[in-house]
Amino acid sequence: MLAILVLSLLFASFGWLLGLSSKHLAVQGDPLPNKIDALLPQTQCGQCGYPGCRPYAEAIARGEADIDQCPPGGDACVQALAELLGREAKSVNPAFGTEKPPAVAFIDEPRCIGCALCLPACPVDAILGAPKFMHTVIASECTGCELCLPACPVDCIDMKPLAAQPDPWRAS
Amino acid sequence: MSAGLVGSFPGGLVLEGHKSLSNQTPIRPAGLPARLIFPLRQRNGEDAPLRVSVGDHVLRGSLIAGGTHLMDPPIYASSSGQVMAFEDHDLPHPYGGSNRCVVIETDGQDESLPPLPLMDAETYSPESLLQRIHEAGIVGLGGAAFPTAAKWLKGEAAIHTLIVNGAECEPYITCDDLLLRERADEVLRGTMLLSRCLDCSTILIAVESDMPEAHRALLDTKTALGAQAAAIKIVQVPARYPAGGERQLIPMLTGREVPSGTVPAAIGILCQNVATVAAIYRSVIWGERLDSRIVTVTGDGVKTPQNLEVRLGTPLGFLIEQCGDYVTPDRQIKLGGPMMGHPVTRDTLPVTRSVNTILVTTTVGPTPTPQPCIRCGACVDVCPTRLLPQQLYWHAQARQLQATLDQHLFDCIECGCCDVVCPSHISLVHEFRQAKQTALARQQANERAAHARQRFEARQARKLREQQDRETAAQQRKSSLSQGASPKIQEALERARQKRASRHLPPASEDAS
Repeated sequence: MLAILVLSLLFASFGWLLGLSSKHLAVQGDPLPNKIDALLPQTQCGQCGYPGCRPYAEAIARGEADIDQCPPGGDACVQALAELLGREAKSVNPAFGTEKPPAVAFIDEPRCIGCALCLPACPVDAILGAPKFMHTVIASECTGCELCLPACPVDCIDMKPLAAQPDPWRAS
Repeated sequence: MSAGLVGSFPGGLVLEGHKSLSNQTPIRPAGLPARLIFPLRQRNGEDAPLRVSVGDHVLRGSLIAGGTHLMDPPIYASSSGQVMAFEDHDLPHPYGGSNRCVVIETDGQDESLPPLPLMDAETYSPESLLQRIHEAGIVGLGGAAFPTAAKWLKGEAAIHTLIVNGAECEPYITCDDLLLRERADEVLRGTMLLSRCLDCSTILIAVESDMPEAHRALLDTKTALGAQAAAIKIVQVPARYPAGGERQLIPMLTGREVPSGTVPAAIGILCQNVATVAAIYRSVIWGERLDSRIVTVTGDGVKTPQNLEVRLGTPLGFLIEQCGDYVTPDRQIKLGGPMMGHPVTRDTLPVTRSVNTILVTTTVGPTPTPQPCIRCGACVDVCPTRLLPQQLYWHAQARQLQATLDQHLFDCIECGCCDVVCPSHISLVHEFRQAKQTALARQQANERAAHARQRFEARQARKLREQQDRETAAQQRKSSLSQGASPKIQEALERARQKRASRHLPPASEDAS
């Protein structure tokens, strides 16, 4: 009798603990898109066919998109995604574009007409300007997504290669 | 008496010193070159902001660039002349590359600005000393050129031990040796000044056991200074490379190890090179700005090896001319010693605050071809930081970045001991430098990505908010319309109807038809 009582008490308390922990320690949202998003290069270029890296990460998590659709991330990114998701590594699907060296957009000021059409095209608000005023790209914020190029009616935006070498002076 | 017993550090090598090549003659001032070149790149990887423009006339001591914050110590002109250009020049740095430099054509007058205002050595506060160190543009003169003022501020712990590092362990280099022999007074007084300011309990000056003259000079000066220098202990450490490395010297002298990823100041220890301490002394007592340093020009490829007092910005070629030119045109130049120095191809590079030695060697045959690693473990035995170089090399070769980081890649001090003992002639340090570069590039890319993600998300949130605002506004308009016309419209309709009624007959007949 005592054994039954003790056991049922134990079971009840464990059940209560489990109930509490499932309520308070529940994982908020799906962690997979976050993990995928962390591996993407965040250029927000949309070459994958989704309007940004986060939507692409969500599409991968839902199983809609393949992992080989990110040209800026290159093969390294595909490899990392393959490792995370336990899939076979492959190279970037050329249908979505090819990997390019890092670059930033640069507005050639004499050619710029101040139309402000490039401002809404920038996914990270890296272009500074207003209608009928000179525009400029904040180089440190530009991800090199090239989305401003088609928006410009006078083709005054060029891509300038970023000094690709890291800053080894920081090495101690 | 003060040659205290010291501990040891793991690994290391006893190397042939070649010190007598250059330490037999006194320090000689190098002449004034026609052009001085000042690279703007600071140690934190940023360019010092320019303070002059092309065409400006500058004097010795004029501020050319920098000085905005502690990691950006000011750069001063080292002679008078005219700023000719801002040009890209190769940098005297292991990772090479070129960057913008200020080029000054000297006028031979060597006029200088008055010195910095003098400080009363007895009454200054730690803050004013720190400010002076920064103002004078003083950086670590041992070779790393880390801004001294910033180094001191890095740890939260109060500094209780000051170590003045005269353990010049790398072969060929004798600039600290000569400095101690000739200017032991400056070093000791500088040490006293620093220790009084920091209020430290332990004050040590370390020299290697193969620097007897320097040791003698220190002891003599200490005796001459009497009671005020009594707290300073002068210690000899074994002449084993890399005994002079900060992370080797500190455990040897204090028995405490600097934790990985931190600086000595984090455990209350400040380690300064002897030349840095002498520069601090000169900046406080004489108001001198750091615009020159002692450079060892040595090796079998130069006719008269010696130590020169060199103005910063002097091209290497000019200094080699001062030492009787090259022995043969077929030569190899290294900045720094044979172990940690890095080869440079051209002698047009300028001397910066980090250049302590110019080593010129006559080229000796082709370098042996690297063979595969046989995992003999010789590199493990000599590694002074207790890493596993062969394992690191393995992972670096396989491009397994995370594995190299797990093996503490960034604790490698690039001393080169593993390269020397490797029977397969593998350039391990080169491999590690590359891996470090890749790791830093990856880190920078991650930082950029995180930043871009944040901005993208902020923009998405803003767009969503704007759309919601628009929708609510539209909703409001719609609802106000559906509630029926506003009273004003009602009134207007009423007025119109009355007007019609007063002018015409009621349109009843029309309605009826």
